[in-house]
Amino acid sequence: MATTAKIMIDGGNPIAAVQDFLRGLMENESIGGVLVPMHLFGKGIPMPTLVTDPKQLSGADPLAPAFPMNSAKLLARLTRGQSGERIAAVMRPCEIRAFVELVKLNQGSLDDVILVGLDCMGAFDNTGYKAFRGDRDPFETTQDFLGRIGNGGADIAQACKACEYPAPENADLVLGLAGADLAGHIPVMASSPRGESLLNGLGLPEAESANGRDKALAAMIETRTANRDEMFERTRAVTGTLTDLSEYLASCVNCYNCRVACPVCYCKECVFNTDVFEHKPWQYMGWAKRKGSLKMPTDTVFYHLTRMAHMSMACVGCGQCSNACPNDIPVMELFRTVAARTQESFDYVPGRSLDEPPPLSVFKEDEFQDAVSHMA
Amino acid sequence: MSHEFEPTILAFVCNWCTFTAADLAGTSRMIQQPNLRMVRMMCTGMVDPKYIVKSLLSGADGVLVSGCHPGDCHYINGNYKARRRVKLLNEILPQFGIEKERVKLTWVGASEGNEFAATVNNFINEIRELGPMEARSMAVI
Repeated sequence: MATTAKIMIDGGNPIAAVQDFLRGLMENESIGGVLVPMHLFGKGIPMPTLVTDPKQLSGADPLAPAFPMNSAKLLARLTRGQSGERIAAVMRPCEIRAFVELVKLNQGSLDDVILVGLDCMGAFDNTGYKAFRGDRDPFETTQDFLGRIGNGGADIAQACKACEYPAPENADLVLGLAGADLAGHIPVMASSPRGESLLNGLGLPEAESANGRDKALAAMIETRTANRDEMFERTRAVTGTLTDLSEYLASCVNCYNCRVACPVCYCKECVFNTDVFEHKPWQYMGWAKRKGSLKMPTDTVFYHLTRMAHMSMACVGCGQCSNACPNDIPVMELFRTVAARTQESFDYVPGRSLDEPPPLSVFKEDEFQDAVSHMA
Repeated sequence: MSHEFEPTILAFVCNWCTFTAADLAGTSRMIQQPNLRMVRMMCTGMVDPKYIVKSLLSGADGVLVSGCHPGDCHYINGNYKARRRVKLLNEILPQFGIEKERVKLTWVGASEGNEFAATVNNFINEIRELGPMEARSMAVI
């Protein structure tokens, strides 16, 4: 799309500039609310917040290097069914890609939402963010983080280090932070017809082009892809057998937090929470006697393999599974490594296009002959 | 590979084609090795990947999924869905050292009793050569 405008930055404060931009969105158009990460308390982590009063946007900070949850599931709640009003949602690229997957599964809708994507510089995991912030003011923390981009950076979450999608796809408006001069302006691009009409109505000064954005993105993608491939190799090396996998998951306590945090673990009721797994005492005794012992809780490896079968096709690599793990098992590494192969074999990129159905929801008559054996 | 090892094979077969073929093979007194445990499903399209995973983790050395030939599914397209699911497991399980050969999908029609017997015998022989599933020897799984 053609339109590129500038969000002017005054006094070296890009956060305030983005807040102003969001206020403009709410005042200028038929937008009833904005879903955006907000600092709600002095301490803690910015949480996705649905703001309907533009005055309250002073706590909004979508540039904060914090990522407590993938907001795709939250946006699904806000868009499944009618609210009667259109909202805007400010999201990271992985959140948008996860949301697109949920829309394909009819768990959310793009009809009444304007997606504002931003070039993602990555984020800390929850403990990392708290450590980075210390006792500082949350906005000062964000400024500090933004200042480090390109200057050696900061120790962001592994999922972000290995993320090859720093630029948002399928957004209506894109905040082109990559390569932007944060003392001058942030370019904002319309990337859909409705994004374009919205942007034109905002009366922002036009920009010639997002100078240097492509180059900055290309450099980020290159570094991150290399990091990702290293991560794949590292993970394959320690999970190549069932014994290795069990050891990898050895501290798993079956809390299922990774499933709860996963934006694309789409089942409304997970089978692992049903009475399918409410075993009788005599069953446990029987299983224990087979080998002389039985690890409790049971079915840990089974749970993770089942999850891979369910979500690996739609895994966007947001890393919230690792963020949610109470025992620091690098589950993101494992799930992404598996997903890389399953997604490649079905030629599927989650979040790429609304027109691509989830592979396990469709079939063709003449395909995957390699999966069929002829044994007679 | 030691021939003392006797594999356990779990088969998920569809009611309309392969189970009928198994019945035919039995009533025709075809020789089949006794290593197979058969689960009759209404359709291969209802074989959830986790049934296969659970089988392999709980003592099966191989899993056979067998249903109607393409175009013959009693429920029109269940076998095509099964094919995608087996394809998916073919990509996931080998990453953890579970050989692709342990999960087989075949089409055996209702009249193909001889095909069924041959499929079963060949699969059992193949797994006997391949050896036991790793999960069997693991103290903790």
